[in-house]
Amino acid sequence: MRSSLMGGDKYLTVKSLDEVFKGLKGFEGRAKFVAGGTNVIPDMRAGAVSQELLVDISDLKDLGHISEEKGAVSIGALTTIAEVSSSRIIQKQGPILSSAAGLLGNPLTRNRATVGGNLADASPAADMAPPLLAMEALLLTERPAGKGRKIPIDQFFLSPNKTALEKDEIITRITFPIPKDPSKGSHVKLGLRNAMAISVVSISVMLEMEDKVCMKARVALGSVAPKPIRAYHVEERLEGGEVGQDVIQECSDIVRGEISPISDIRASAEYRKRVSSVLLKRTIQEALKGEKK
Amino acid sequence: MKTYVIEVKLNGEWKKAEVTARQTLLEVLRNKFGAKEVKNGCTKGDCGACAVILEGKAVNACLTLALQANGKEVETLKGIGTPENPHPLQVSFVEYGAVQCGFCTAGQIISAKTLLDNNSTPGRNEIRKAVSGNLCRCTGYTKIINAIEGAVLEAKS
Amino acid sequence: MATGRRRKEVRKQALNVKVNGEKHELLIEPNALLINVLRDELALTGTKYGCGIGQCGGCTVLVNGEPVLGCLTLAVAVDGADILTIEGLSKPDRSLDPVQEAFLDHSAIQCGFCTPGMVMMGKDLLNKNPAPSEQEIREHTRGNICRCTGYTSIVRAIKSCSK
Repeated sequence: MRSSLMGGDKYLTVKSLDEVFKGLKGFEGRAKFVAGGTNVIPDMRAGAVSQELLVDISDLKDLGHISEEKGAVSIGALTTIAEVSSSRIIQKQGPILSSAAGLLGNPLTRNRATVGGNLADASPAADMAPPLLAMEALLLTERPAGKGRKIPIDQFFLSPNKTALEKDEIITRITFPIPKDPSKGSHVKLGLRNAMAISVVSISVMLEMEDKVCMKARVALGSVAPKPIRAYHVEERLEGGEVGQDVIQECSDIVRGEISPISDIRASAEYRKRVSSVLLKRTIQEALKGEKK
Repeated sequence: MKTYVIEVKLNGEWKKAEVTARQTLLEVLRNKFGAKEVKNGCTKGDCGACAVILEGKAVNACLTLALQANGKEVETLKGIGTPENPHPLQVSFVEYGAVQCGFCTAGQIISAKTLLDNNSTPGRNEIRKAVSGNLCRCTGYTKIINAIEGAVLEAKS
Repeated sequence: MATGRRRKEVRKQALNVKVNGEKHELLIEPNALLINVLRDELALTGTKYGCGIGQCGGCTVLVNGEPVLGCLTLAVAVDGADILTIEGLSKPDRSLDPVQEAFLDHSAIQCGFCTPGMVMMGKDLLNKNPAPSEQEIREHTRGNICRCTGYTSIVRAIKSCSK
């Protein structure tokens, strides 16, 4: 068994954010952050991590908490997917996120993979992206030179595995405003298996309803474009009126024009278009059913 | 190549090893500590044969850098049961015929054990979800699920 | 002059057999194999064509109470016989024979291809020896190959029917 020798041989474990940026001195742009390692290590084995220095941020304890305050939920970037899935706060205030978390990978990888890592890796199939897009999350970051910034998640993904993060910028927290009724949401992941599957299509829907009228709709899809996306035209169609079967049917047609799936080993583009239509209908219907506990 | 010294508490015993930045916990366990009960199935986290318990959580050893286990506790199958004193899951796996070639078994038991540690009365679907990261090429899985269920029933009585 | 081959006319002959309690009169070619008559003429596809050379045991049926390899038996050789296939093992009300139940209980079925042959041999053993030991079970089924289960669960299933 050979270890992946391509790239550098330096390693730094850090216990605080200060140590991170101190450690990066002299290695600016030549360091790779490692959290859970569930993406980085396979990338290493594929020879795709050529950076000289690995910065192990997995022990940054202050970035591993979930809290609720001032009407928003805050998730430390190093919170594991397993923790997101089992968090009472998220199950109550953002159930589409805990639901999506429970579908990522398998129990073993969920114990290591982190929310920050899933977003920073920015696969178009990233499991945490659609629910966070549908809940209009904000990514808080820190940078070596100056202050950190707040990046709205719909400006975060640029293209496959490429994000708005600058060199050596690190996500510290992800926050989302608590939805008016967190139960009026639904998430679906279609994979070739029930576990250990990269999604063929994933869809998250959050609705804000006043009686039967939809005041706000947020619809996000994964694996159907070069990055996780919001379906703005679908949202427009849903907002401002009742959501009857005819409206839902229209949405399932509209979404086909908003996505640009490719054909890959998991599914053809045409299949993805068709199944997105079908699953969008079901997700909207499920979201409508949501009952506040 | 730069090397680092790590210390890992393996099945209750502190052990030292000299490692490189990119070596994984799996490599260290098998090649430096002789823990051959931890299997290398795919080296990329797709099969679960290398599952170990790191600080109380079941993880893929192949997806953990050796340096990430520095100063931490690792439990493998040998720490869970011995021939003289097997873990109830090990007994159950044998009784239910859940071991054919045996390659996936260590990982299956690690995943099953952490399930039972957190939930002593899981339903069949919870069991299936708990071992959903452990592939088996031989048994068709039914016997494995039965074995874990059997261990749960045995513990209840 | 006609070119090409012309299939020789083969005279079919009558075959009278009782299969799973039902009498049949069939017209078959003299070189028809029992397994093909069962599967193709009588649509009893439970008996499997595994290897065709008598090595795997998948084609095991009982002829006059004795196990026989259907792929190595000419149909004409069993004219007048009483044949039991796996389909005949379950009862008229569709309930299963205890050996079949045991296979289910002990997860002795994975792909299921060897199962009919295994069950027939298990049944045959229990007919002759109601309390076989594990060794006797393994001996008796040594002509039935399984690619999936590793045999343990099959042996246990049959053993559980032992009195």
